[in-house]
Amino acid sequence: MPGKIFVYVIHREGTADDTALELLAAAKKIDPEASVTALVAGSDKELENVVKQIAPSFNEVWKIDHESLSYIIAETLRPMLARIIPKGSILLIPHEHFSMDLSPGLSIKLEAAFIPDVVAFEDIKENKLTAIREEFSGQVSTHVMCDISQGVVISVRSGAFKPEATAAGKGQIVDKTSEALSGGIPNGKRRYLEVIEAETGEVDITKSDILVSVGRGIEDQDNMDIIYELAETMGGDISCSRPIVDARWLDKSRQVGTSGKTVKPKVYLALGISGSFQHLGGIKGSPFIIAINKNPKAPIFQIADVGIIADILEFVPELTGKIEEIKG
Amino acid sequence: MEILVCVKRVPDTAENEIIVNRDGTDIEREDLVFSVNEWDNYAVEEAIQIKDKVGGNVTVITVGNDDAEEVVRREMAMGADRGILLCDEAFEGSDGKGIASILKAEIVKGKYDLVLTGAQADDGAGQVGGMLAAMLDWPFASLVNKIEVIDDKKILVGREIAGGNQEINEIDLPCVLSIQTGINEPRYVGIRGIRKVASADIPVHGANDLELSPELVGPAGSLVKRLDFFVPEPGEGAKMLEGNTQEILDKLVEILKSKGGIK
Ligand SMILES: Cc1cc2nc3c(=O)[nH]c(=O)nc-3n(C[C@@H](O)[C@@H](O)[C@@H](O)COP(=O)(O)OP(=O)(O)OC[C@H]3O[C@@H](n4cnc5c(N)ncnc54)[C@H](O)[C@@H]3O)c2cc1C
Ligand SMILES: Cc1cc2nc3c(=O)[nH]c(=O)nc-3n(C[C@H](O)[C@H](O)[C@H](O)COP(=O)(O)OP(=O)(O)OC[C@H]3O[C@@H](n4cnc5c(N)ncnc54)[C@H](O)[C@@H]3O)c2cc1C
Repeated sequence: MPGKIFVYVIHREGTADDTALELLAAAKKIDPEASVTALVAGSDKELENVVKQIAPSFNEVWKIDHESLSYIIAETLRPMLARIIPKGSILLIPHEHFSMDLSPGLSIKLEAAFIPDVVAFEDIKENKLTAIREEFSGQVSTHVMCDISQGVVISVRSGAFKPEATAAGKGQIVDKTSEALSGGIPNGKRRYLEVIEAETGEVDITKSDILVSVGRGIEDQDNMDIIYELAETMGGDISCSRPIVDARWLDKSRQVGTSGKTVKPKVYLALGISGSFQHLGGIKGSPFIIAINKNPKAPIFQIADVGIIADILEFVPELTGKIEEIKG
Repeated sequence: MEILVCVKRVPDTAENEIIVNRDGTDIEREDLVFSVNEWDNYAVEEAIQIKDKVGGNVTVITVGNDDAEEVVRREMAMGADRGILLCDEAFEGSDGKGIASILKAEIVKGKYDLVLTGAQADDGAGQVGGMLAAMLDWPFASLVNKIEVIDDKKILVGREIAGGNQEINEIDLPCVLSIQTGINEPRYVGIRGIRKVASADIPVHGANDLELSPELVGPAGSLVKRLDFFVPEPGEGAKMLEGNTQEILDKLVEILKSKGGIK
């Protein structure tokens, strides 16, 4: 049977992230009988609050409480985790920006395997864990089999596992601070300075009821006019996927997704957007989603309410015309 | 500043539909159009811009087969000074850690101040840069969307965190950074640019040149083994509107009206 299973808990301003319980569910998929340990780092009151919230769900909570972790930098935390995580353990961590900083290097320091961005677990036999990942922007999936005899770090896609009502854990709190600091505070070759908050643009898309959202399918900046015209006719606001911002065709404040804005419209019209999980991560409040895409296999059709297979360059002007017609 | 940029040759998913082969062992690679991983173009552009400001050299490197040479050449056409191809039968079937081990072996033979990778490639893994940094014991930052050289010992680095916020760090050189899209606007490479580097010499290094022990790379060195490719059972999915364009438009407008999508 596998080694100890840990769930790394992300938290902000004293509140544990939803992924804590998702990853607990993921751990139970690996081994329903597992005693799962939450791993949480931070400092002082904030950390205390987080520990209190999660303790009832986990068998054990390991905490590292130190002022150098009041804002957590992966470079500081990684050596500490490498000191306290026993050989052969399974560590689950939400696949997002902090994991991209921390996890690949941590797997090397632990001499463990690494499986990035897992969406499901298939089975575990002896020391072979089989997991499912997606490749090529979700167009195909793969089974990967991992030798976990030396342990493994697994980053887990958020939203992939549904939190389950599990029997309450014992919630035993173990202070690992001194062990994590044995050998000193990790040297500061990377020093945190500040966080610059994203700006709100001239239109706050987080407040819009109707969003006309455009993706890479628009192909060229010159084609953007048809989107402006449709949005105006519908009385909606324009938002977009990341490539449109990267190309500087729209302002960053228009980007929907994990590294952009979280929107909660009533109607979301996705035009030439494939439906990556980073994009969908920014759509909340279950809006009515209409997707228009020329590829019938685009993942966006899996989550949309209504889909149309069409070339947006042709279809969008016709839709604008139609709406103008009925508005008179 | 001596800058090394790691690049990967990948199928262009915007151009191709990815199809799984009959027995599910691989995707159909025959008819695919390949190009440089999107993220890597931003990394090469950033390296060239840094070099233009503070001087030095930009070297582009890839681990791959003979076909991978074309992506090295393309990035040289952008303005990289040198290219290196790491190619050996023994490298085939490596996992992310294997690729990082191969890159590390080449890096320790050179003298680089800064190593750039893309934040992720076609597998959406985002693993090679962080592994490489840990193997070299160099500091690392992922999802970098701003670099400013302070002096020859340290740089200022912005990285993208949730909600589009930016985390600013100071990092000592040498270091490894993984670059996020949008950090710059990669320059266009025309036919003329490609022609200029058509005959540039791109050295090829194999396992022996790198003094790499075989158990670190290839299937033997891989803790993670890809078993197959498959297309997941589609869920219920969207209700697809069908018919001729007029019929679809009529249905869509009705739906929009009923859902409050027209003001
Ligand atoms: C035929 C085949 C078989 C495979 N079998 C397995 C397997 O059994 N198990 C398994 O885990 N994986 C397997 N892989 C995938 C494995 O090769 C990749 O995981 C590995 O190449 C790293 O790529 P990545 O997309 O994970 O990189 P990421 O970490 O997502 O890429 C980030 C950055 O790392 C750099 N980088 C990545 N790859 C290279 C490279 N080749 N050269 C230079 N820089 C690079 C680039 O800068 C890139 O932007 C196989 C691939 C092929 C083609
Ligand atoms: C750390 C990280 C954070 C990220 N954060 C975000 C984020 O916040 N928001 C975000 O959006 N992305 C984000 N991304 C990028 C994300 O992974 C995807 O690359 C991106 O969402 C793809 O955008 P897209 O759907 O517009 O483009 P693509 O995936 O290229 O899809 C384009 C779609 O348009 C269709 N199409 C092409 N031409 C036409 C046409 N003429 N008519 C109709 N359809 C057409 C194609 O079939 C395809 O489905 C992030 C990535 C990383 C690594």
